[in-house]
Parts: sequence; C-alpha cells; structure tokens
Amino acid sequence: MQINSHLKQLEDEGIYIMREVAAQFERPVLLFSGGKDSIIMVHLALKAFYPAKIPFPLMHVDTGHNFPETIEFRDKLVRETGVELIVGSVQKSIDDGKVKEETGPDASRNALQTVTLLDTLKEHQVDAALGGGRRDEEKARAKERFFSHRDGFGQWDPKNQRPELWNLYNGRKNPGEHFRVFPISNWTEMDVWQYIAQEEIDIPSLYFAHERKVFNRRGVWLADTEYVNRMDEESLEKKTVRFRTIGDATCTGAVLSTASKMEEIIQEVAAARQTERGNRHDDKRSETAMEDRKRQGYF
Amino acid sequence: MTGTQNLKLNTEHLKLRIKLFMNNNGEQYDSKKYLDMDLLRFTTAGSVDDGKSTLIGRLLYDSKSIFEDQLEAIEKTSRSSGEEEVNLALLTDGLKAEREQKITIDVAYRYFATPKRKFIIADTPGHIQYTRNMVTGASTAELAIVLIDATKGVLTQSKRHAFISSLLQIPHLVVAVNKMDLVDYSEDRFNEIVQDFRTFAKKLEIDNITYIPISALVGDNVVDKNGKTSWYKGPTLLHHLENVKVDASHNVVDFRFPVQYVIRPNQNFRGFSGRIESGRIRPGDEITVLPSKLSSKVKEIVTRDGNLDEAFPGDSVVLTIEDEIDISRGDMIVRKNNVPKVTSNFEAYLCWMNEEEMQPGKQYMLMHTTSTTAVYVDDVIYRMNVDTLRREDAETLKLNEIGRVKLTTAKPLFMDAYQVNQRTGSFIVIDAASNVTVGAGMIRATSTESRESETADVKRETGSTHKLESKTKHSPNVVWEPWNIPKEDREKRNGHKAQVLWFTGISGAGKSTIAKALEKKLWGSGKQTILLDGDQVRHGLNGDLGFSPEDRTENIRRVGEMARLFFEHGNIVLCTFVSPYQRDRDAVRKLFPEARFVEIHVTCNPETAHQRDPKGLYEKAKKGEIKDLTGFDGEYQAPEHAELVINTDEMDVDEAVETIINKFAAD
Repeated sequence: MQINSHLKQLEDEGIYIMREVAAQFERPVLLFSGGKDSIIMVHLALKAFYPAKIPFPLMHVDTGHNFPETIEFRDKLVRETGVELIVGSVQKSIDDGKVKEETGPDASRNALQTVTLLDTLKEHQVDAALGGGRRDEEKARAKERFFSHRDGFGQWDPKNQRPELWNLYNGRKNPGEHFRVFPISNWTEMDVWQYIAQEEIDIPSLYFAHERKVFNRRGVWLADTEYVNRMDEESLEKKTVRFRTIGDATCTGAVLSTASKMEEIIQEVAAARQTERGNRHDDKRSETAMEDRKRQGYF
Repeated sequence: MTGTQNLKLNTEHLKLRIKLFMNNNGEQYDSKKYLDMDLLRFTTAGSVDDGKSTLIGRLLYDSKSIFEDQLEAIEKTSRSSGEEEVNLALLTDGLKAEREQKITIDVAYRYFATPKRKFIIADTPGHIQYTRNMVTGASTAELAIVLIDATKGVLTQSKRHAFISSLLQIPHLVVAVNKMDLVDYSEDRFNEIVQDFRTFAKKLEIDNITYIPISALVGDNVVDKNGKTSWYKGPTLLHHLENVKVDASHNVVDFRFPVQYVIRPNQNFRGFSGRIESGRIRPGDEITVLPSKLSSKVKEIVTRDGNLDEAFPGDSVVLTIEDEIDISRGDMIVRKNNVPKVTSNFEAYLCWMNEEEMQPGKQYMLMHTTSTTAVYVDDVIYRMNVDTLRREDAETLKLNEIGRVKLTTAKPLFMDAYQVNQRTGSFIVIDAASNVTVGAGMIRATSTESRESETADVKRETGSTHKLESKTKHSPNVVWEPWNIPKEDREKRNGHKAQVLWFTGISGAGKSTIAKALEKKLWGSGKQTILLDGDQVRHGLNGDLGFSPEDRTENIRRVGEMARLFFEHGNIVLCTFVSPYQRDRDAVRKLFPEARFVEIHVTCNPETAHQRDPKGLYEKAKKGEIKDLTGFDGEYQAPEHAELVINTDEMDVDEAVETIINKFAAD
C-alpha cells in the first residue's frame, strides 16, 4: 500500500471539495484575488473538472488599488483557461454612494470590499463562493469550516457553526443565504509554496525579489503607488523586496528579500520568524480585526 | 493553577529557545525532502487543567510553528487581561468569545511539520457540554492523544475521551501522562495510571495504545528525553507521532467509489468524478453500479496529470467505463463480487449535536457518501452513558448524548459497517427546516448481514428466481451484532490468520484425500483447523436436503454460513464440497474478506475419477440407480477464477499439500 505525500493528500481533499461545490450548488463562483492562494484554487479547479472546463466563473473584487502586475496576471490566466470572469468594482460601490472612501494616511479600500463583495454575490445570485482562505493564516480563520454558512445578510456566526464530520459537507441552505467554501483550509503557507514548486505553477512576478521604491510606515514597507497617501516624513527608498501576500496595494507590505527563485523563497519561508500576514495593515487594526470583518461578510 | 497552564517563558526567552528542526540536525532545509513527507491528522482531548494547551504550545513551539508576531500578540493579550505569564491557549482560542470567557468553544485546527511529516491537530475542548466537538475532531483523526494529569490519575473525562476515540475507531491512542515533574518522575505512579487505564480500556475497541510519561511544561519526553525518566524506554511523544503508521484506518480491500459529479465536456467523453473511499481499482476491472446493478468494466482512470494504471484510497480521480450506463451523483461504483449492503433499514450509533432534542418519528435529512435522502429515527434502543459505559433506557437523545438507534431512509443506502469502512459507514443527520447538522452516525450493520443486493445478483445471473433469495430475505431488520471476542483477538491467540480453503471438484477427484492430509499437517504444526465435508453435513444439519439444483444451492449456502462461524472463530476452515455451480461458490465467497477465501479446484481426467469411485457412486450411476451425478450425467461448472488448480493426475497428495501450504496457509 502506497502512502501519499502530504501534498497529494491536500490536493485530493481540495479537489473533492471543489466537486462537492459544483454538485451541491447552482451558481458557485471562485473568488479570485490574484494572490497565490487563489491561483492554487484555479489550479485545483482545473484538475477537479478535467477534461471539462471549470464549470463556474472567477469573481474578482477589484478595489481599484491593485498592483498592475496582479491585473495583468489575472487577465492572462482568464485567457489561457477560458474561464469566465466577473469583476465587482469597489469604485462603482463608491460612485453609487453605497460606501464612503476612507480618508487620512491609512485610508484603504480593504474594508469597503465587503460591501462590493456582498453586492456582487447578490447580483449574480451566487449560492457558494469558493475562497482560498487557510486556517493557518489567522486565528479567526482557524475556526472556519470547509463549508461555512452565511445568513441572508452575508454574515458569519462563528459561535454557532455547523459541526463538520468526516468528509460530509452539508451545503443545505435557505434561499438568499450562501456558503463560503475553503478547499485549502488545511494548507499552510509552506504547503502552498511547496505545491507551487512541485506543480510549477505560474505566479505573479510580485512574489519574486525585485527593485521597488518603498517607504517604511510603522515597520511595514509599503510600495509607492498613487493609491497610498505618503506623508512628508516618510521618505522613499529603493529596496530589493518581494511580497509574501498580495492584496490591495494600500495595505500589503513588502519584505526585504533577495529571493528571486522558487528554491530561495521556500528557504525563506522555512526560516521566517513572522507570520505571512504580519505585514498586512488590515489585520493590525485590532486584535479581532479579522473576526470582525469576517462576521460582516469579508473573505 | 495558572503556573501549570502557562509556559514560564517570555518572548526573549522563546526567541532564543525556538528550535529549528532543520538546524537541529545541523543541516540546511532541503526543499526537495517534502516530497517524502506524509500526513498525520490527530486530535487532542483534555481540559486546560490537564495541560493540553501547554502541550500543543510545546509541540508548536518546539517545531518552530509559532511566529514571533503571534507570540508578541498573545503576550500582549495575556498582559492586558492581567495574566503574569504568556497564555499559550490564546494560540488556539481564536474567537473573541473564547478569549473573553477563557474557554475553548469550537474545534481549532493547528498545523506543524517536521522534516518527516506534516501534522494537523484538531484541538477539541474538554468540557462536558462539548462532546459534539470531540466527535467532530475525532472523525478525521488517525490518532488521539488523551491527556492524564499524573497528580489526579484516570478521571471520568479521560475515560470519555477514550470511549469517543474508540467509538470513532481511531486506530492509535496515545495516553500522555502529563505533569510527571509534579510526581517526581515516579515510575510507580506512572505504572499505576497505566494499569488503571488498561483495566478500563479492555471495554473499548482500541488495539494500539501507547503510554508516554511527559511533562509538557518542562518538555520531558515531548520532543527530547532529558534523563529524568530513565526508567522509561519508549519513544518521546513527537518521535511516536512521527513514526506511527498512517493510513491504518484505510480499507484497502473493498472498492467503493461514490460518484460525486459527472464530467461531460462533450459528447465523446463521459466521466464519473469522485474519490476512492476504499479499495483500489485498475483499468479493465469489472465493476457494478449501484443502485442499477448494471455491470461493466473500467476503461480509464483519468486525471489532468495523465491516466493512471491504478488508483488507491483517497485518490480524487475520474473513471470512464466501457459501456454506456446511466450514472449520476449518489450512485456508487463497486466491484462485481464485492458489493456493500443495500438497505434502508439499519442500526447505528448516533451522536446528537443540537440543542433541540432528537424527535423520533420526525423526518430529517440524512447525508451519506454523496447521497442525501429523508430519514426517520424509528427507535432509540439505548443511550450510552459515556462516563460509565452503561446502557440506559431512553426515549430520545439530547445534545451531546450518544445512543444506539434504528433508522429508516426513504432511499436505500449503499453501506458498510463503520468498523469495516469509515467512509461508507458514516453519515450526518440534518434538520430539514433549519438545515443545521444535528447528528452524526456510525452504522453498526455489516455488509454480510442483509444480502438483498446479492440475491438480486444471483437472480440476474441465473435468470431464474432462486431459493437462495427466499431463504435470505426473511429478516431485513436483523442487525449483525459484532462478535463478543473479535476474530482478530482469536487470531492473535492462535498465532495465525483465519482462512477458508474451499475444495471443489467432481466426486473422486481427490478433494477429501488432499484436505484430510492437509488438515493433519496444519493441526500438527499447531494450527486451529476444522474440516467440513459433504457427507458429514448431509447426515446432520442438511439432512432435509436432496440433490435438486435448489437443494444443492441451499446445501452450499448453509455450509457457507457454517464456514463463516468457524472462520470468525479463528479457524483454518477446509471445505470439501462438489459444489458444482459457480454462483453458489461465489455467494459463499462474498461472505468473507477478499484473500481469506481460497477456491481450490481439484481436478483429474473423468476416467480417473470413475475408476477411483471412492463411494461407489459412479458404479450406481452407470447402473441407473442414481441420476444427475456430478461428473457423470450432472453438470459441473468448473471455476473460472480459482486461486489454485490441482490436477491429481499429475500431482500426488504430498505435493498437493505442500503446494497449498506454501501458497495459502503459510501464516
């Protein structure tokens, strides 16, 4: 009897859950951010439904503050896989007066995404949104189910979750409610990188070391973009950096790194002393920032 | 006792002490090594007082899975809530409510890895009201750690954890006797606790229990030994976790493939996606589809990385089959000669998980493999007191109660006993109104119990209604009780495996002669044996049967059942029966696990048999005194897939015996 490697087991589990979603729901979408986790999700979906195409669209909630590399990568992936793409625009939510742009130096559209996300899900009558969230990322996510129920307002009730046993995933719900489904719940950051290396998956260049103009804000290296309000005392420096996570340019910090090859990145992850989201400003707003946002319907 | 709950560590201290596994061995992290890593899912149960959070913290921190910023964050939280030391429970208690109340509400999943293995911990709260969480955490675990406080000994709660581990059939149990530092690392105290636990564990169905004395606080025997328990010769906890056999709960025998989703990109391709829940499959293998019972062959095992030659338990694949058969989600693809039980009446252990108590007679939904159907709980047979293991009368089950129940489903399920196959033996119960998962069940009936599906097979193959059907269809609600002493235990004592050797062939071929010599040889070497012979049985048990095709079938059916009893008793069962019909022999074969039933076709030139004529039957037949003698004017269907053919024209008795022993009865 052969024993499968941990990556093979995680892959099999992910594929199983993708198929459960396709089978149990009528209008699922795959939430796509352009980050490595959602790229892995697309890779798993391609495997799950081969030789057929992915039977659901990708949905990207675009803050309008993305790195251009992310958008380029997204469009290329869509072209190559032939998958449908739905874009929910935070700019449109602002223009429609549904949300108000934050002001000040730390202004970010991160929190505003929740409204755009819920509106876009509603508009397309989505009943299951596949996400690349992992339990090792953040303490609130450690409590997340694979099939995570959301009420009619898109809200999460963490204290009252359905028990999830064996490989039986209960996706039953009332009209208007939906599910968030996390096929790579059991993956760690290390698993993700190892899998990307093993499968030779293409990822945005932002993950590899490159030179970039950055400035330091409370210990986090932020990229100089038109979306970030840089203060006068925050001086620009040219550094060799890479990103461990990719999100909105206003809240995703870079790390100083010369890792330009996959091997080097894995080495770096293995030796890391900080969590992956340690340079995410969005998580640092309060101790339960993630749980609070998730309750309201965030990713 | 906060001092024992928390590691006496500050951030600086930790930073210095955090050990990199890769540096332990003085070598660089080899990024290719992960290809050899496997995965162990385990669950920990116990309350904070047992030092569970400390233990998990210790494992995470010694394996470098706690990051500096995480540590700083919990340090800050500990300080702001007035605690003097870092509370490592905050690592797992992620929810606001948990942090406020300082209790664990929900199962938390934590991850760590060593160069050998990735670990997934399902950390479950130990409070009495959270049995449902323990069951949830245990449902995916291959190992359970039960923590016992050395100062307190085996408490009710430890017993409850062990019982649930046993109920969920977790193959490995670790009893970690913690806080050894507080009992001066006393070997006597450790032995006392081990003895207490052993006495209790006799009532449980767990084979593999490992006892380890540890101190999570100081770190003794968690990752390293430190000499204070020099009397302890076993492995450290981590060493055990790294080396325990994984996949032990996989059933590699019975092929079960519940269809998840049909893949149909174009008219030329129709594939059935799913995960192999048990058994294995290759292209060309004969399969049967349930519930239609139509048969075909596997054409290809398709994956995006190329077609496979063979697929194994856990593999997510797509199967294509040779014939066009209507198959959809909820159907199950199985092997032609190894089908699960197909029934809508069965018994199960049910754990109730909802505040609203279970209502007998109310319609719920039941989810089993990829199939969902309506279900009634007809009756609560008894409620299990998880603290005393006593059976109690009960009308219903309340939150966190576990009981034995009778259920009826609208659609038949394709099931195996949970004991035999966790994947096809487990189900959840869903409240149809609220859609909430309210119960988790483990099926107690085995696939050998009701043979409705198998009789249907016989019916289809022979094209006639057969007596076998009427004999076995009587009691669909009789549920298989597990043997008081499991076969495995008997085998252990006997020192060999139970086995059925079925000798078939015409009269005079040499079946009995070979079997008798073989049995003497086996018996002489200390094996438990029994020889069942046609004449012997026909004089007693089957005295009411003649030689019509129907009676021959019933004769073999009864012999098969009898062989099964002896088999369960741990014997090597030698059966010498003409058994002329393939379907009868196949029906017997289905009573046994694959590889435990061996069909031996003893054959020779018919002329030789007529000459030997040991019972004078051919002589009588020639004179016309008897009719339909197999091998003369009666039909004999030679086995198509006999495991062994022995031609007694070419082989003498000793050679035949040697051949059989070497091939089948060696262990």
